[in-house]
Amino acid sequence: MSIADKSTAKPRKLGLKERYAHLTRGLGWETTYQPMSKVFPFTDYEGIKIHDWDKWQDPFRLTMDSYWKFQAEKERKLYAVIDSFAQNNGHLNITDARYVNAIKLFLTGVSPLEYSAHRGYAHVGRHFVGAGPRIACQMQAIDELRHAQTQIHTISHYNKFFDGLHDARHMHDHVWYLSVPKSFFEDACSAGPFEFLTAISFSFEYVLTSLLFVPFMSGAAYNGDMATVTFGFSAQSDEARHMTLGLEIIKFMLEQDEGNVPIVQRWIDKWFWRGYRLLTIVAMMMDYMLPKRVMSWAEAWEIYFEQGGGALFEDLSRYGIRMPKYHEVASKEKGRLSHEVWATFYNYTQATAFHTWIPEKDELDWLSAKYPETFDQLYRPRFEYWKEQSDQGKRFYNNVLPQLCVTCQIPMIFTEPDDPKTICFRSTLYKGERYHFCSDGCKDIFLYEPEKYIQSWLPVHQIYQGNCGGATVPEVLNWYHMSLGNDNMDYQGSPDETLWNEWTADRHKSAI
Amino acid sequence: MPVASIGPYQFESRDKVSNFHGNQLTYLHWEEHNMYCAALAYPLPPTMPFRAIVENLLPEAYGYHPEWAKVKWDQVTWMLDGRPFIPNLDASLAENGLGHKSVVRFWTPGLHGIGGTAT
Ligand SMILES: [Fe+2]
Ligand SMILES: [Fe+2]
Ligand SMILES: [Zn+2]
Repeated sequence: MSIADKSTAKPRKLGLKERYAHLTRGLGWETTYQPMSKVFPFTDYEGIKIHDWDKWQDPFRLTMDSYWKFQAEKERKLYAVIDSFAQNNGHLNITDARYVNAIKLFLTGVSPLEYSAHRGYAHVGRHFVGAGPRIACQMQAIDELRHAQTQIHTISHYNKFFDGLHDARHMHDHVWYLSVPKSFFEDACSAGPFEFLTAISFSFEYVLTSLLFVPFMSGAAYNGDMATVTFGFSAQSDEARHMTLGLEIIKFMLEQDEGNVPIVQRWIDKWFWRGYRLLTIVAMMMDYMLPKRVMSWAEAWEIYFEQGGGALFEDLSRYGIRMPKYHEVASKEKGRLSHEVWATFYNYTQATAFHTWIPEKDELDWLSAKYPETFDQLYRPRFEYWKEQSDQGKRFYNNVLPQLCVTCQIPMIFTEPDDPKTICFRSTLYKGERYHFCSDGCKDIFLYEPEKYIQSWLPVHQIYQGNCGGATVPEVLNWYHMSLGNDNMDYQGSPDETLWNEWTADRHKSAI
Repeated sequence: MPVASIGPYQFESRDKVSNFHGNQLTYLHWEEHNMYCAALAYPLPPTMPFRAIVENLLPEAYGYHPEWAKVKWDQVTWMLDGRPFIPNLDASLAENGLGHKSVVRFWTPGLHGIGGTAT
């Protein structure tokens, strides 16, 4: 272009489509100073073959400037609601203080995962060769950081009034039950970029997300928690993008090379099972922690996995992909999962930063009605016995630490797929040492990559090795940054309960 | 199967026996009494007599259960690491074949948990 040309040519504004094309195609190039394999060192080692990165179908066409505009608008709305929630003492409008225990679990267990997701997507957003997937991952990295922030801001209001919310970040990295979500995400982040997207974008955000998001947000709405509803809605439009990214990465890998199919299938099997195990806390929340219930875990599983997931995998079968291995075990467990898990936290509430309790009679009746084949037969007598004992001042606590599954790190509480009365024990020998698993799903994951899981940081074993502040409960709780007698133990008699009753005394009076 | 990795990938077990200061891990589980949500984990010296499990550890852990007092010890059946097993109470854990991270499960005939629900 000559100087004369430049002076006469009018700068032309690019259309949205063109800008998007430049952003996701034009900005990528074949490097010449360094070989591509050195600039993008993580794209080959997982065995996934990509022949043409330009075949990537962008799941959403968002330029950076419109992204900022949308997000800023959402933030303005969100923080306006959060401010008014705080000014109007919104926490007093929830159904019951027991509800806040679900929020405690969310803030310590899930919000730090949003931050981990931010890091994970920032990493893969650097390492894909194609500019399209890089941009999608970079945007998601920013979304996830935003989710972590909005959740912390929202919940900080609850921290002023309830126990157990004061040190979520520290707890996430130390507390025994939080090693379950933590290790889940670390497993994904320490995998390659393709497995990471299969794990988080596809298996978690696409296949299982409705089981986390819908119950949590409708649970919040049902129970008067407008703050959580608001961050939920604010995240929802981001999630829609994340889900499409999940489906797109799967289709892209499957369409690029037939050799990718078995690798992708194995990842789907693995991450379905890991994600499903992670959702046990959601099952428990739905059936036990919401004073006003939305639907049962079994119903949610039927609607969102058996029906919704079934249709998805039928669609993917044309690529040679089948349903995730052990999905039928998950379905067999749907009548027991939440009860087994709530009973577990009831066993060990002396070491949790939230409270547990025996459901009220009408709540037990709800469970009997929702679980006609299992609740009265297996679990109701247990809770009634515990209630009886607790009424006599002999509240049950399990004083010995439980055996943990090496893969999912959950105590080995799950029962045999075909026998709900017998605990499921699975084990293997690797280099002469025994390893134990809660299920065939967790055992398979270990057997495929044992060198990874022999490094599992299992909280019970860490305590016994002397790495957690000491050998007594107070020492370990101190190391967890839990406040003994405030954060832990039964809801009955807790400071949360006492304060809540004081705050709502007027409500009760006027009700009479 | 090796881990797909960008370089050599080999690690020590984080739970190898030498990390437990002379103890080995043992898991104990009373079958059909799932009020105790999982098997119990203990760091135990391999030289400890098996009798200490029966006479000290188990009563301490399970004594709260209304069926514990009804256990008939001569009828109890045992399993060690998936195989039927008859413990020698006076022999040590090691002499009884218990190694690091062994699982000992036991059944108490006639006792099936509160209301027969395996609780
Ligand atoms: Fe998120
Ligand atoms: Fe997301
Ligand atoms: Zn497991």
